Amino acid sequence: MASQPAYGPRPWTFYALATLFTLFVIFLYGPMIAVLVLSFQGPSASLVFPLREPSTMWFDELINPRRPGDVMGAFGRSMPLALIVMVLTVLISVTAGFAFRRRFWGSTAIFYMAIASLIVPGLVLSIGTLVTFRYLGLTASWYGSALGAHLSWALPFGLLIMFAILGRLSPSYEEAAYDLGASKWQAVKSVVIPIVFPGMIAVALFGFTLSYDEFPRSWLTVGSKNTLPLEIWTMTTNVTSPALYALGALTTFVSAIVIAIALTSIIFIQRRRAGRT
Amino acid sequence: MTPSTSAKQSLLPTYLQVAPLTLVLMLFFAIPVLLVIIVSFLKYQMLVGIVAQPTFKNYTDLLTNPTTWALYRSTIKFTLIVLAITLVLGFWIAYFLVFHVRNLITAIGLFLLCTIPFWTSNIIRMISWKPVLGKEGLINSGLIKAGIISEPLQWLLFSDFAVVVAYVHLFTLFMIVPIFNSMARIDKSLLEAAVDAGATRWGVVWNVVLPLCKTGIALGALFVVTLTMGDFFVVAVMSGGMSGSATSGIFNDLQLLNYPRAAASAVILLVIVMLIATAIFRLVDVRKELVR
Repeated sequence: MASQPAYGPRPWTFYALATLFTLFVIFLYGPMIAVLVLSFQGPSASLVFPLREPSTMWFDELINPRRPGDVMGAFGRSMPLALIVMVLTVLISVTAGFAFRRRFWGSTAIFYMAIASLIVPGLVLSIGTLVTFRYLGLTASWYGSALGAHLSWALPFGLLIMFAILGRLSPSYEEAAYDLGASKWQAVKSVVIPIVFPGMIAVALFGFTLSYDEFPRSWLTVGSKNTLPLEIWTMTTNVTSPALYALGALTTFVSAIVIAIALTSIIFIQRRRAGRT
Repeated sequence: MTPSTSAKQSLLPTYLQVAPLTLVLMLFFAIPVLLVIIVSFLKYQMLVGIVAQPTFKNYTDLLTNPTTWALYRSTIKFTLIVLAITLVLGFWIAYFLVFHVRNLITAIGLFLLCTIPFWTSNIIRMISWKPVLGKEGLINSGLIKAGIISEPLQWLLFSDFAVVVAYVHLFTLFMIVPIFNSMARIDKSLLEAAVDAGATRWGVVWNVVLPLCKTGIALGALFVVTLTMGDFFVVAVMSGGMSGSATSGIFNDLQLLNYPRAAASAVILLVIVMLIATAIFRLVDVRKELVR
């Protein structure tokens, strides 16, 4: 990536593609910035620009709502759900990733099941999970059926990331450690974990955000109490005030914090490692 | 897959390692999908619900209903348009990042800039188009102020155009990431060799870069096609109820509590998606690319 193929100084295609890239980034972020700005709309309650008498009243409206709805309660369910999905995704996909380093009977079947789970339409899975729970006589809930439905979507992502990470971990590294007299635990601690750890953070980031923002797989599976994306969905159909934008700004803010934590910890680890060698 | 050098070791730990994943996928993917298939062959009776009586009626009802065909036509139309746009965008953006940005740190930074929205809420990203495309939105008021139009453009929001914009906004990422991955692995000396052998710049892209990242393109296409075909909320919100998708049929049946017919719709969609996926897997060996 650092070197340019033999075309010499910047060709015209560079400028053409740089323009395309800039436009794409504007396209990607422009609307989100618009919503962010409009969430500070004043009492005129206008859903479009210009911003009149900027205020934080619509954030206040979310916390002390005058309409029926349970934004804070939904947030209070989405957050623990996302954290549980995150922890389980890391644990399960990391261990499974290691299993796939060896050939075993059924590995192909499990691999294709994971891929199928990744591409099955969320709504189809939502129906299936609901029917399964009904059939078993269980009640759908965010900590039961929705948790499972989210895992069936986050785990394949985690597994694919682990494949990418473990592809770089040659078994000869571990063998070298054993040859130098390391115990199994020492090899894992000093050789495997350092190589795999940044990837585990990426898996955690995926686990958290895939669950926190998931709509179709939550729709029928959360039971009687909504998670945040479902609450937002309800608001899109019956709320015509900037409170919706305020909610959008808040959830995006939460996601931004999570992304920032993940990325800075990866950068921090890489830095520290670079400094040590 | 990395072949183990100590093949004589017991496979028991391996099975234990893969057991939790298998268990979750069985419980929350395989069994639910199986039950959807079973329910799709059961009878539905008003006020009673699902009746344990095998029937093909759900399927014959759906397949003889012109609405089903119209919904699928509309879904396939959207899928093809979105696939074409995301493919072109994804390819050239990845190409720019891999071959034109000279500094590795800058390239990774710009790549992250493209991927960060993936980790935020899809619904919010979709809704955020409303103040931009709406009748009094940014584009319309901007164009009116500039004197280009006198009346607001009606087709910007609640139209097929808005649906395509939202899809491209949400899904281009799924094209950029796998193509970027494939391209980043291309040995730069190959391009130099091609140029030395007299290839034009376009020839290098067409004959060297494109074939070498076809796995990335296939993976990206797999994501974009399945996401677009499985979507219903983008179509519902952005078309303002003017267009439907294959899933909106399922959505309607569910609201009427007609689970068997919803299940039959779901199975039809599932079969189509899986056929497309299998076709893509036949074209390129995705597994070899993923498990190395």
